[in-house]
Order: sequence, then structure tokens, then C-alpha cells
Amino acid sequence: MVREQTVVSPEHLFFVAPREEVFITGSEAVAEAIKRANVDMAIAYPITPQSESMHLVGDLYAQGYLKDYYRAENEFAVMAAIHGASLGGGRVFTATSGPGTLRAMEMFPVWAGARQPIVCAFMCRGVSLPPSIQPENIEMAMLLDTGMMMFHAENAQDFYDMILKAYIIAEKPDVHLPVGVFVDGFFVTHTRDKVMLPAGDLKLPPYNPQHAPVPAFDMETPPMRIVRDPLLIKSNFISYAANASWHQEVMAAAQRARKHIVRYMGGLLEVENPHAKVFIAASGTAVSQSREALRELRQEGIDAGLIKIKSIRPFPEEEIVASTVNAHLIVVPEFNAGGWLAREIKAALNHNSRVVAGPRVFGGMTMPKELIVNTVKNALKARAGVS
Amino acid sequence: MFKKTFIRMSGLGGQGVVTAAHILGAAATREGLDSTVNPFFGAEKRLAPAESYVRISSERIFERGEVLDPNIIMIYHPHVITLGKCYTMPFFDGLQPEGLLIINSEKPLELGDEELARLADLKARIFYVPASQIAVEVAGTELSTNLAMLGGLLGVTDLVSMESIKESMAERFGGGKFVASGTTAALDDVLKSKFAKLSQLIEKNVEVIEKSRSSVQEYLIN
Repeated sequence: MVREQTVVSPEHLFFVAPREEVFITGSEAVAEAIKRANVDMAIAYPITPQSESMHLVGDLYAQGYLKDYYRAENEFAVMAAIHGASLGGGRVFTATSGPGTLRAMEMFPVWAGARQPIVCAFMCRGVSLPPSIQPENIEMAMLLDTGMMMFHAENAQDFYDMILKAYIIAEKPDVHLPVGVFVDGFFVTHTRDKVMLPAGDLKLPPYNPQHAPVPAFDMETPPMRIVRDPLLIKSNFISYAANASWHQEVMAAAQRARKHIVRYMGGLLEVENPHAKVFIAASGTAVSQSREALRELRQEGIDAGLIKIKSIRPFPEEEIVASTVNAHLIVVPEFNAGGWLAREIKAALNHNSRVVAGPRVFGGMTMPKELIVNTVKNALKARAGVS
Repeated sequence: MFKKTFIRMSGLGGQGVVTAAHILGAAATREGLDSTVNPFFGAEKRLAPAESYVRISSERIFERGEVLDPNIIMIYHPHVITLGKCYTMPFFDGLQPEGLLIINSEKPLELGDEELARLADLKARIFYVPASQIAVEVAGTELSTNLAMLGGLLGVTDLVSMESIKESMAERFGGGKFVASGTTAALDDVLKSKFAKLSQLIEKNVEVIEKSRSSVQEYLIN
């Protein structure tokens, strides 16, 4: 059974097609994206809080929206099989969470090194440090240098839009890299919220594996010749030079994706109240909590702005520098113990003592807006005392 | 009553706090309000603490996660209080001034003097509704406790209309569209097996809601 849908241009699906409001969870938003993504194959292995999403993608397969779907042996097997399906020229989808991400870790640099436009959703959760199934995004820190592009969705609407746009950006011939689309588990996956969707009988054009910097594998182009020979098996100057230049090309491809991210996602970041001297900079659910904090700060007469970072890889260094050029204070709230986003921002800025790395919440609890409000107010007080 | 109303539903796994929150949030959305709904639970198992949260407001709601400052707390099982099966201590932690407590119990629970004094300071109001008893008597199944609790809520607030609740309930149990986890799907099957037809399930549960709506009793803190 193949589901009849109308192929429309990405621009039409993203920006033109009329949308209707629905009240759904983030997991359901994933399925709505995959329904319209013209995906050939999805492979699943369940883990909370990802399970419902991939269960729903399985339902889409049963309804004829996908050509193939199965449950693999574990997360490493999923990511390895997704690698194979993509090498064969298919548009593929999978998703995982926390410990599943870590179990599959070896495959993420493999996808990037093989220049595969795989889209994988990550419903971030605790990673047994100590054990937790609850929201926390420390796994993103562990994926920063895998060569994958990384988008961080704020809510179910973002999650829906970013998954579809990730395919189009990933498959540009000058990019051709995997994309991880991340959300904070439960806060997005299990939260029911209003989402605007275009009609369900529309879908993206199919992936064309000929429009790629590396050929899809078939009997004429067997895997061994491309992957093993020059980069691994030979031990000579050419093999090391090939490895190094290929590695640089992976990083350059992510930089070339910037213009496509600007075109389809409206930029690597969004700035609210750009003339403010005080900013909250955040990604994911921390952005939503910051919006509530900003309401309160404004009521108290503190004119603060918001920097919502949507693309973590490539990271918008220049855009952050430009948007904070007049800022005295940049507060970075995060849902993890490590503070990886604050490290990234500090590394991008001159005078990075302006950055307050916190507040941070981890272990599963929410971040009260008061925590952000108080961090801003205390930092302003401390600075006033110094000068 | 409030410009925004935040509700915390504390219960035990299997009692349907997640389903009740979904029906209430969907009803609020139906009436043009903004609402978000989310659950909080550990490794899913029956009788373990489970909470869900409903935020309802006339303006856009951004914040996510558990409700820390509820205007209304609904307690689905006395054990939430007597055995401490909840995620906050005491069970009313964060309750806002003039907040409401709606507790599923046939008779008032013995709250400590200190707790009652704190509730009195907050000008909180306590209501009891025999939700599980009504569920068994009217619908013939304790699984209707969650809807009886919504009846208790309708008895003390006018947050949403009975009609919206009914429509959201029909949507939740009617179509094949709803996605539930394995254990929730199993409980759905049990609930549906209690009734010959879907229309009967809806009608009986409407009766449950009406009965508990009129059975809510206020407990006056002296």
C-alpha cells in the first residue's frame, strides 16, 4: 500500500501552504513531520522519552507513508543500519535519547565522514550520571564535534518545522551532512501544545542521491573501494593527506550550510529586543523559560533581550558577537550540569566576563522563571557594586 | 477567577491523571484559551507517584515542566497525602494564595495542625469529593475516578464548560488517532471493555462527572 500524496516544493510546504492549528504533543509533531518528509525508511529502537515518536513513525509505515520500517537490535544497530540505508541512496529517519545516544556514539562521526544527509531526532534526557529518564541535554555536549549539524528546537512547532527543514538543508549538494534535531525530552515530547500544520497530503520532493558529493553505493560502486582503501588501509603520505583534507571538508560543508539555514530557518539565531544591554541567551526549552523571565523583568523595568540559538552546529559565533556588541551582561540558562552552551558563547566573545554561565537545572526538574530573573538581578547588582 | 490558572494533579500510576489533564487542556483549547499539558512520572508503573500539569491562560504560555506555583491542586488518591506519594513535600507546596485543594476521599483526611495553619494562612479552600466511590457506583469501574475528579473541579470552578469536557472526552476515546504508551493503551482497552458501546462510555462518564460535580463538599479550616 502506497499513500497518495502530492509532491510540493520545500518553499511551498514551509512558507506558502495554508496551516491549521492542532493540539498535539511533541512526539505527535515528529510523526506529522515524517508524514510530509517523503522518507524511504525508518529504523527504531525504543527508549523513553523517544518511544512514542518512533511508535508513531511505525504507524505511518503501516499506513503506507514509508517504504520500510523495522525495530533493530539496539541503538548501535539502528545507527549502523541507518548508515547502510543512506549509503544505498535512501532518505532515512531515526531517533533516540540519552543512553541510546551514547550507545550509538561510534556511528555519528561515521555518518558525517561518509557525507550522509541523515536526519536523526534526539529527545534529550539524563545519561545515568546518576540515572534519570527526565529532561536534560548533556548529551548535546558529547555530540558537538562529531561533524553532525545540530539544531535545537524550543517547542513542538519548532520540532515539526526543523525536522522537515533539516532534510532540505542536509541534502544540499554543497552540504550533504547528517543533522541532529534536538529537543529537551518530556518538556517537548510529552507536552501538549498548539502546533500549526499544513495539509497532510502534501510531501517534500524525493531525495536524489545523484545530487551528492559522494556516489550512492551500488554494484558499480562497492563500499570497500571508497571507504577503506585510501583512508585506512594504505599507510603512506597520500592516505594521511586524504584523511586530513576530507576531515576539513566535513567541517567546511557545515559552514556552507549557513546560507541554507538562513534561508529556510530564518537564521542560526533569533534576537528579540536587539538594542537591549542585558541579554538572556539560550537554546531549547531554556528559551521558553527565558520568555517568562523576560515578561517579569520588563514588568520590573529591566529592559532585557533574548537570543534564541537555533543552530548549535554550525555555531553562530559571528552573529552572537554582532548581537551582543553593546551588551553589558549575557545570562545563559541551561538544562544540563556541564554548561556547554555558556562555554560555546564564552569562546566566541571578546570580554567574556560579561557572560554569566547559569542558572543550570538538571536531573529532570523544570527551571523556575524566578531562577533566571534572580540571576539577572544579582549580576546587575554585583556589577553596579564594582563600578 | 485567575487570569491564568495552573493546575497540579497528583495521583498514582494507573489512575488516569495524564488522561484527565489531556481532556481538561483540550477542553480549554476548544474554548479559545491557551493551554499546555504535560505529565511527570518515573519508570512507568501502577501505584507509583504520577503527576500531570495543566496550564490555562488567556495569553500565550511559554513555560514548561512541572507546575511549581499551582492555583489548584487535585489529589487523586489519599495515599498521595498519607503515604507521601507525590513529588513535593508537603503535598500543597507552592500553592498560591486563595488556591483550591480538591481531594478524592469519602471523608476528610487528618491533616496536621501545622499543615492546616499554613493552608489557613494562604486562605486556601479544601474540597472533598468521593470520586472513586462515584466512579464505581455510576460507571461500574474505578477507572472513571479521573473523570469524577474533573467533575469535582467543575463543581468548584467555571474554568471550562461541561460541553467542552464532553467533546474532548469523545475525541480522546472515540477516534483511533490517540497515541498512548503501552500501559495506558492497556488501561484504555480495559475501560472500553466495561461498556458495550463508545456512546455508552461517554454517557456514563458524563453521569459520573455530573454526580461528582454536585457531590463536592467544602471542608472549613477553623
